[in-house]
Amino acid sequence: MADHSTFARRQVLRFVVAAYLFFLVAWPVYLVGRNAFAGGLGNLDDILTDPDVTHALRLTVVVAVIAVLINTVFGVGISIMLVRYDFPGKRALNALLDMPLSVSPIVVGLALVLVYGGRHGWFGPALESAGLQIIFAVPGIVLATVFVALPLVIREVVPVLEEVGDEQEQAARSLGADAVQTFRRITLPAIRWGVIYGVVLSLARSLGEFGAVKVVSGNVLGETRTATLVVEEKYLNFDKGGAYATAFLLALVAVACVIVVSALRPKEDR
Amino acid sequence: MTSAALAPSRSPRNRRSARGGLPLTRVSGLGLGVAMVWFSLLVLIPLAAVAVTAAQGGWGGFWRTVTNEQTAATLRLTVGTALLVTLVNIVMGTLIAWVLVRDRFIGKRALEVLIDVPFALPTIVAGLVLLSLYGPDSPLGVNIANTRTAVFLAFLFVTLPFIVRTVQPVLAELEPESEEAAASLGASRFTTFRRIILPSLTPAIAAGAALSFARAVGEYGSLILLSGNLPMRTEVASVRILSSIENDNPDSAAAVAVVLLAVSLAVIVALDVIARRVIRRG
Repeated sequence: MADHSTFARRQVLRFVVAAYLFFLVAWPVYLVGRNAFAGGLGNLDDILTDPDVTHALRLTVVVAVIAVLINTVFGVGISIMLVRYDFPGKRALNALLDMPLSVSPIVVGLALVLVYGGRHGWFGPALESAGLQIIFAVPGIVLATVFVALPLVIREVVPVLEEVGDEQEQAARSLGADAVQTFRRITLPAIRWGVIYGVVLSLARSLGEFGAVKVVSGNVLGETRTATLVVEEKYLNFDKGGAYATAFLLALVAVACVIVVSALRPKEDR
Repeated sequence: MTSAALAPSRSPRNRRSARGGLPLTRVSGLGLGVAMVWFSLLVLIPLAAVAVTAAQGGWGGFWRTVTNEQTAATLRLTVGTALLVTLVNIVMGTLIAWVLVRDRFIGKRALEVLIDVPFALPTIVAGLVLLSLYGPDSPLGVNIANTRTAVFLAFLFVTLPFIVRTVQPVLAELEPESEEAAASLGASRFTTFRRIILPSLTPAIAAGAALSFARAVGEYGSLILLSGNLPMRTEVASVRILSSIENDNPDSAAAVAVVLLAVSLAVIVALDVIARRVIRRG
């Protein structure tokens, strides 16, 4: 009897969860794909032959790659600092590093404009007279993208670093390896998977950033308009086909990133 | 651990500061210095600029801005809906984590992937996605576009992974022995859950709830196409901040932004306090 009621309860819970996820995520995401191909390949063809859209797609990829590179170097470096070294203010830094996850993208954009804006920003006018425009230009888009994806590599690498411990690193050093050799031959191979997950997640986040980029980019057609801004602009201009097709490309990359991470995670992790 | 893309690092993170480590060498000190300069230029100084700009108008100016009828309405809607969504997530997120950890069935891997999709999906695409099922062309025949329900739904979508991904690893590491012991001593299913399982999960639930609330309060992209941004009805705080920026009024933008940051901070601290209290009671 007890087994029977446990079984029934499991069935109900399983069904509730599956239904919830189906209506909240699966079905809506599927519909975007279907709407993108509503007229066959026409929508996709239209956007891929539109020079403004291809420029936006290229810009998005370039910005995302730069942002991921910066966040990977910074993230791995700071993770090693946090796990292996001791310094004053470590706990505060630890808490501050998670902050970008809980700040509104619009506030991120506002914060960057207030400091780097060309007219009234704290540093903006000086940088601009030195010939470096940040806001309403590509560097601003890069900064905004780096900001929003900042904690992702760190959150993946820190637990791995803690789990592998530092015995092997100490052994390498005692055998005469210098810091670079130790990092390349011992630390990096050990944290490889953590870094890869972090990179894939950062890539997904960077390709898809919208709010912060909207504030800092100026959204100039053919110059600082990114893929997510194209989706908004097309939809608001009643080009739903183009909006769905661009959204489909972005969704495809995002879902691919999630599947890659989920497939790569080692089995014993599960 | 889980197959989560959002594997939370809560418990190891807390250990990290306790364990100490090597003192800084010259090279590592330099590295830390460079990292701190970068972090300050990118995050700390800009966020400080928001606070300073908000303070520039004095307390009177700040108060006038945030109690402006339209602004106050956006703050009420944003915070209220975020609280509601966080409550739903506490129940549904824990339930989903439970099913993913304790149950085995075909298609579980697919559900795992579905949990992470809202995190990876660009927010503007998330809005479009929800619009295609719950908008004017809905195959279900429901149209919630431009209503407050749309705000609720958008928040629910973008915050889906947080509690699931913080609770899942804790649940997976929970020993079944204490549950069995409780059951063998005659505790009902519900009592076992409330007295044995829930206290161990509470810190994780609180951490996930804090992330979920902060994320909802700041949400922007998924609402643009979905909620219509009608003043006094479906306009959220982020949209209000953006229109202040676009109207070249950074002072009011900063004032509202500070309120958002403060509310997020308050909720994060409050949830931390609650979690500690529950652990102490055991």
